[in-house]
Amino acid sequence: MNEEPGFAMGIPPVAVSYGAQLDSLMTLLHVVMVAIFVIWGVYLAYCLWAYRARPGGRAVYHTAGERASFIPDALVLAFEVWLILAFGIPIWANLKQEVPPVGESLQIRLVAQQFAWNFQYAGPDGTFGRRDVALISASNAIGLDDKDPAAKDDVLSINNLHVPVGKPFTLLMTSKDVIHDFQVTNFRNKQDIVPGMTTTLWFEPNVIGKYEIGCAQLCGLGHTQMVGNVFVEEPADYEAWMKTQLELKLGTADASRVLEDARSQASAPGRAERTES
Amino acid sequence: MSDHGHAAPTGFWRKYIFSVDHKVIGIQYLITSFLFLLVGFSMMLLMRYQLAWPQPGADFDPENLGLVRGFIAWLFGETNMPYGYMDPTFYNQLGAMHGTIMIFLGVVPLGVAAFGNFVLPLQIGAEDMAFPRLNMASYWVYFVGSVVMMSSFLAPGGAAQSGWTSYAPLSVVAPPGQTIWLIAMVLIITSSLLGSINFIVTTLNMRAKGMTLGRLPVFCWVQLVTAVLLLLAFPVLEAGAVLQLLDRVAGTSFYIPKDMIYGDSVFPRAGGGSPLLWQHLFWFLAHPEVYVLLLPAMGIVTEIIATNTRKPIFGYKELVGSFVLIGALSFVVWAHHMFVSGMRTSIANLFVTTTMTISVPSVAVLSCLLLSLRGAQIRFNTPMLFALAFLPMFGIGGLTGLPLGYAPTDLYLHDTYYVIGHFHYVVAPGSLVALLGGTYYWFPKMFGRKMNEGLGKLHFTGTLIGMNLVFFPMFFQGMWGMQRRLADPTLQWHNLPVQGWSTVILAGALITAVAQIPFIFNFFWSIWSGEKAGENPWQATTLEWACPSPPPHGNFVTPPVVHRGPYEYSVPGRKADYWPQSDAA
Amino acid sequence: MSAHAASTNTGLSHAKLGTWAFLASEVMLFGGLISAYVILRSGSGHFFVPPRAMMGVPLATLNTFVLISSSVTMVLAIAAIQAGNVAKLKNYLLCTIGGGAIFLCIKAYEYNHKWHEGITISASLFGSFYYTLTGLHMFHVIGGMGLLGYIYWQASRGHFTAASHDRVECSGLYWHLVDLVWVLLFPILYLL
Repeated sequence: MNEEPGFAMGIPPVAVSYGAQLDSLMTLLHVVMVAIFVIWGVYLAYCLWAYRARPGGRAVYHTAGERASFIPDALVLAFEVWLILAFGIPIWANLKQEVPPVGESLQIRLVAQQFAWNFQYAGPDGTFGRRDVALISASNAIGLDDKDPAAKDDVLSINNLHVPVGKPFTLLMTSKDVIHDFQVTNFRNKQDIVPGMTTTLWFEPNVIGKYEIGCAQLCGLGHTQMVGNVFVEEPADYEAWMKTQLELKLGTADASRVLEDARSQASAPGRAERTES
Repeated sequence: MSDHGHAAPTGFWRKYIFSVDHKVIGIQYLITSFLFLLVGFSMMLLMRYQLAWPQPGADFDPENLGLVRGFIAWLFGETNMPYGYMDPTFYNQLGAMHGTIMIFLGVVPLGVAAFGNFVLPLQIGAEDMAFPRLNMASYWVYFVGSVVMMSSFLAPGGAAQSGWTSYAPLSVVAPPGQTIWLIAMVLIITSSLLGSINFIVTTLNMRAKGMTLGRLPVFCWVQLVTAVLLLLAFPVLEAGAVLQLLDRVAGTSFYIPKDMIYGDSVFPRAGGGSPLLWQHLFWFLAHPEVYVLLLPAMGIVTEIIATNTRKPIFGYKELVGSFVLIGALSFVVWAHHMFVSGMRTSIANLFVTTTMTISVPSVAVLSCLLLSLRGAQIRFNTPMLFALAFLPMFGIGGLTGLPLGYAPTDLYLHDTYYVIGHFHYVVAPGSLVALLGGTYYWFPKMFGRKMNEGLGKLHFTGTLIGMNLVFFPMFFQGMWGMQRRLADPTLQWHNLPVQGWSTVILAGALITAVAQIPFIFNFFWSIWSGEKAGENPWQATTLEWACPSPPPHGNFVTPPVVHRGPYEYSVPGRKADYWPQSDAA
Repeated sequence: MSAHAASTNTGLSHAKLGTWAFLASEVMLFGGLISAYVILRSGSGHFFVPPRAMMGVPLATLNTFVLISSSVTMVLAIAAIQAGNVAKLKNYLLCTIGGGAIFLCIKAYEYNHKWHEGITISASLFGSFYYTLTGLHMFHVIGGMGLLGYIYWQASRGHFTAASHDRVECSGLYWHLVDLVWVLLFPILYLL
């Protein structure tokens, strides 16, 4: 961690599967932008020097070839159409319109609030416990219904998100109060979290490390402090963390039993996928 | 409505304060909006000071700032600036109000109301606006609105603090300052509507004999397009503001979803509303609003470039067509501000496409202006320097809009400093620089004297260097992922590698501030002591230069008749290199 | 004023052109609100429409009829001054203002009734939209009545002739728009 304020240029290291493609698009766009700007700049500088007023000089009246100005338009238009068709639409579909199927990706529920991130893991049974706004209190931030059997093995984590490397995970996000926005710079994607609706965001982290979550939508007084961490870990480390969380919640004996149940369930054929829509 | 035929008013109040003369109203708008630009700029200075060294006790906090910190804490109070560090609530207030003031009380009144009022009737050869009393009402409603807006700082809990975009539901649960913001906005919108009706009728109805639409100067065209944008886009924000006001005071839930929690309990509302509804209504105005900020500036630049290149503007028809197209397209791009808002994801591709489409006429405008320089005799006077600087500055602003309007890259850049850099390049080194150029250009017409060239060039150099130092580093910060609207970015460790740029930005802001001193001095000094300007100090062709400087009540000594297009410079076979529109031969 | 109109570039008087521009902005204002209503009504999972019986459709139909009639009398008022008949103009103006007044009385009765039946501004989204849309429309009716009253007063002082009655026509345009807005609001609030 860098303690000194620096003068970095560029983009932070990427840590997500689709990041490399997005970064190369970002580079492409900036190369084109700089090229256009340099061409304009050189032309402008040339004009300012070549056509400066001279004593007794006279400007050219006629402006022939007005179609010339359509050439940059056409080039820009062609470039943009190519960008949209070749990359824009497919990438958008991949990142935003589709999420990985439930079986292949870890489902994590995120309930944002002023000014914290509440992550809810479904636990070994793969089913999220029921939430009820009436149950929300200082000690039960997301209003989890303890009477729901599915809630028993749910793991809650405030501000710290643990995920295994190399496996997709999907955040099912909602907000209790105002609009927030989940941003992790190294993951290259973000999404508003709106009260009253569920938005999704999926990542496949591919570099182990600790990354910072920031809120990217002004949410009030403590907006700046609404930070958290993503820990991208080896699958074994992730499992160990999950086990520790379960033990903290249920005690060692119950935690082992729950994990055992889940293992036998998973090996049984015809297991129905149960997740919240 | 024929009250512009009457005699010139006498007496101080009727002549200078409650005047119905478009020129006086234009100058009233000019001075008021410059004052508000100064207010908004000062807020920005304070925010940049905070952002340069935001954290008490941090290793990098300079120790020799004690005196400054003490003074600032005393000046703004310990609640707002404890120990000279900014309270986050105060930061949010300044952020929201800086945006609101700069846009609605500064740049729009300057570009549209000040220059539009002063120049438009002169350029079309009219004796006044179509509805002079409505014009006066428009100014005073704006004035009252701006006073109401500023008074919100005195409200309990402070001024509006939900960003200039006032996203619900944060704005619905915000302190009373937000209610005042909404009321002030309704007043400002009313003022704009009165103004735009006036501009449309004046331009369409009051052109001098021979001033066909094809001979209309580009500045008049952009004012017409701008007025139509204001007329059609602002009522939608007004509708949105009324709904938000009712959410705040009447217990409705237009923007409040079911079972929203506030604090630790359910917010007592029926619910069922949608936070996204506000965003749609807001951006339906606010994107055309961007072009309201930009088009008058482009019009001014066109006028100045035509005059100082001494040649016809390149592609008049294409230019005008592009402006009209930009205006029309600006109504169908609003949701590109909302790619990550949670709106239906399938809509995004549509708005990416419309956004890319609107870049085409924008590029066309820039191409025409750049191509106008070929074969010219460029005079480098102060207005021309500002107009020329507009071209690359707007170029940067426009180009950096590309990765923001393009959804795959916007996912990363959205709500970072890259966005701040982008739109400030459009509005500050872009529009504002052009408007400053316009001030130097039409000052002789307003006051009968020219502004000092030496001081003007000093002002120009300082402003350009300062503004670029302010806004360019924002691209580095944004590319590194630093989010906007953070009272203290160093609380997030991922921002530290680019935090250093904030000191550069502060230095740039201070340079910009110092550079305005020669301008302010020059402005007032030149009113009384500047070099006397005749009717036509720039040897220009458009009609405003065919009446005395300053123009008398009723403007033209004899009603002008227009014989040719607006930019007949260096016509072959003529001795003079300019051929005014009103010259018979 | 018509003499004035002849000297403008478009051939329309300033007042008339300005009125059209103003009406365009009014259309956008109501358009924004009505779109918001349509979007939430079709998109929100918590939009409850009260049963038709609670809405008092017959009374609202009567009100629609009253307002349309007032538009007809407005047309007759303009026809009267076009023929130079100031007395007739004044009578029809009074009829129009009277139509507006009857509309407001019925509206007041309706508001009172609905409020007591539980359709309040804050109880549900439908109520919120009902009072916001009809309330804003009501302010427009009141404004229009004031405007027509002013026209009546000017007519009494002999301001209008067959050749010059621009303001009567502009007020008429405005009144028709207010009428038109109601004709839109009636089906989307009461019948759908």
